[in-house]
Amino acid sequence: MKLLKLVPDNTNIHFLRWQWPFFISNILAMIAAVVLLFTHGLNLGVDFVGGQMIRATFVENSAAPVAELRDKVGSLGYGEPIIQQFGKPNEVSIRMKLPEGSEQHAELADAMANKITSTLKQAYPGVRIDGVDSVSGKVSGELFKTGMLALVLAMVGISIYIWARFEWQFGVGALFALVQDLLLTIGMFSLTQMEFDLNIVAALLTLLGYSLNDKIVVYDRIREDMRKYRQMDMRVLLNLSVNETLARTIVTSLSMLITLVALLLLGPDVIFGFTAAITFGIFVGTYSSIYMAAPILIWLKVNPKSFVPTESEMDRQERLARERG
Amino acid sequence: MLDFPPWKRAWLWFVTLAFAVASLPSLVSVAGGPWPSFLPKPEVHLGLDLAGGSHILLEADAGQVAKQRLESMEESVRGALRNAQPRVRIGDFSSSGGRLSFMVEDAGQVDAAREAILPLTSGAGLSVQRDWKIEVVDGQRFILTPSQSGIDQAVSGAMESVTEVVRKRIDALGTREPTIIRQGATRIVVQVPGLQDPKQLKDLLGKTAKLEFKLVDTTALPSDIAQGIAPPGSEIVPYAEAAPGQPALIAVKRLGGIKGDNLTNAQQGFSQQSNQPVVNITFNQQGGAKFAKLTTENVNRPFAIILDGKVLSAPNINEPILGGSAQISGSFSVESATQLAIALKSGALPVDLKVIEERTVGPDLGADSITKGAIAMLVGSVALMTFIMLSYGRFGAYACAALFLNILMIIGVMGIAGTTLTLPGIAGFVLTIGAAVDANVLINERIREERKRGRRVVQAVELGYKEASRAIFDANITNAIAAVLMFLFGSGPVRGFAVVLMIGIVTSVFTAVTLTRMWVAGWLRKARPSDLNL
Repeated sequence: MKLLKLVPDNTNIHFLRWQWPFFISNILAMIAAVVLLFTHGLNLGVDFVGGQMIRATFVENSAAPVAELRDKVGSLGYGEPIIQQFGKPNEVSIRMKLPEGSEQHAELADAMANKITSTLKQAYPGVRIDGVDSVSGKVSGELFKTGMLALVLAMVGISIYIWARFEWQFGVGALFALVQDLLLTIGMFSLTQMEFDLNIVAALLTLLGYSLNDKIVVYDRIREDMRKYRQMDMRVLLNLSVNETLARTIVTSLSMLITLVALLLLGPDVIFGFTAAITFGIFVGTYSSIYMAAPILIWLKVNPKSFVPTESEMDRQERLARERG
Repeated sequence: MLDFPPWKRAWLWFVTLAFAVASLPSLVSVAGGPWPSFLPKPEVHLGLDLAGGSHILLEADAGQVAKQRLESMEESVRGALRNAQPRVRIGDFSSSGGRLSFMVEDAGQVDAAREAILPLTSGAGLSVQRDWKIEVVDGQRFILTPSQSGIDQAVSGAMESVTEVVRKRIDALGTREPTIIRQGATRIVVQVPGLQDPKQLKDLLGKTAKLEFKLVDTTALPSDIAQGIAPPGSEIVPYAEAAPGQPALIAVKRLGGIKGDNLTNAQQGFSQQSNQPVVNITFNQQGGAKFAKLTTENVNRPFAIILDGKVLSAPNINEPILGGSAQISGSFSVESATQLAIALKSGALPVDLKVIEERTVGPDLGADSITKGAIAMLVGSVALMTFIMLSYGRFGAYACAALFLNILMIIGVMGIAGTTLTLPGIAGFVLTIGAAVDANVLINERIREERKRGRRVVQAVELGYKEASRAIFDANITNAIAAVLMFLFGSGPVRGFAVVLMIGIVTSVFTAVTLTRMWVAGWLRKARPSDLNL
């Protein structure tokens, strides 16, 4: 049986020829993400800003009457709702600020939820209430803090390990590449205004894990090649390493994409945003290994002499084979 | 590297199958099938976001504990000084600013006062540290300041009984499999799978159910009461529901009442006179005796029945009540009377609880999510495995078998550990599977590479595993570091992700590297191929 080979043998694509244009567009993309974050902000869910979220499905309709809903809920006297479709067009989330004084009197929040759900049920007999979340401002603040703390600590911890296992330049390179991944993904959320909640933090962590995996594979090959070809120019060497790992990169990314696309198309709607974030992350994560994590090594002046010359595994095998005759 | 003696093979298979078999109860349960009751049932629980149900986060008011402690200390100090021989007279008692302060009238009694108070200030248990610091300023003024450790201990103790009371109340509602966990110093998480309308539960948990009987201060002027001015030794309490034309406030004596926490029973019933719903309570012996004493000494005076700081009713004591049982009337419905009965029977909450987070997921959504999630996972896995087998042939088949066992093992370990699978947990799953596939891709690509360089089959396989292992090892260690940090510092969902990731890292390396190597080695030994179709 002939096996599937997506990447031909001995590729020699000159990836680093475009390192500057790519680097500049990286920086521009990151700046754009930050600008977006400041101008458009994130569509933060109740997990992070507090408030109430009611999820409803209009079972009998093909699409939810969003504008009508906005009027109906808005006229209840609890302020303007944020109404958003997610997953299928007949599924909506209705977000409200918690009523004044509900920090002290939880029954006020209940009253609001009851009022809204009963209004919905009356106006639309085919509506199904899928869930009600009420998060007080106190809890949402803490959730945000611990979520971010976990993210930042994970990144710092990872970078320190890479520094210890490789060289400090590799640690810095990985950290920068991870920051880029995160910024671009968060920028994507700002651009599309998809809801950003605690589950998305878990998605970001997944993306970091995957991206990191990719960086380590590339770095491992760079380290190996640096020990093997001690006179080679760094640019040529990096290019060689990226090419050598290209088949693996393509196959692994495709494998991930296959499962993720299945989840995206067939999976439950509640995890749509979450799967979308990871899918997007596969692309930026793979990209940043080649155009951020690798070239940074040149700018930080890593060279083959950074590594203790050791007999490579292949050389040793060859020598042993020779000795055995 | 490729040497697998029989004992090692047996051991690897044993570990694999033991954990893989442990996944069966969870899988059977998701598929809706029965599981024989005589077998152990290590099952992965589905989080509320997947299975539907209610999640309620309650917070206790820690400041209240400190305040109550101050109040009971005041009573103890007064009692101790009153009962001291000779009696120590004091004045100018104040409990503002979180500490107690009072004057000893006779400067000569300062030492005697200190002597009398000292036993009250020692900490619980064998601790040497005192819970209260005693200072004497200006010769005659005592200041008692509570220590932080004493307050913390009191809060912790209060939370323990809060948890107990919450558990009793939820059990009384008859909900199935509630999870009640303390979180942090002052919080409790209550999760009830399948519960759709948590209103009843919240009402019940929000009820402190502190019942008090206090004498009405009949000397207070109605005009003063209306302005909220109480005579010395009394306090103003609002009615829970003021009848039209009646005052909304009432003055009651602060001390000398009794508390309704010595109950053996509480039941909803109907009043014989008005046929309105009431709550019948039965005191235990101690409470009954106190109640009898109070009612005997105050015949023909009114007393107020106070629940959670609000007066339910203020009936006249027509005759001494000696039987140890009483009836609480108020404007109850059958439902609210039943609820109060449950609350009273389970005991009062030592502090107020507030709902600060609440999440409800509908059952349809939950069931929908599980079915769709399962289908998507199945389709995704089949497509992935097809792709891997097309790419790597026999080696791909080994990788797929390893992946399949890996999934079973993760479910098995999660079941044994009794962890809960949530949405973020599925993210951890996805990452784990990605890393496991990547490990095999790395190995197989490396073997390909070594073959291209002209190495012999066995050597290429050996080198492929060896060289790829380094990157696999580094990648998994970094993910493990991240997972541990997330588990330590993250909250709910982040932790759910981290747990699955930690389990997955171990099983992935085991299946994707060790198991496939064993299979490849076995095949190489048997078939002795001269070339690899890779």
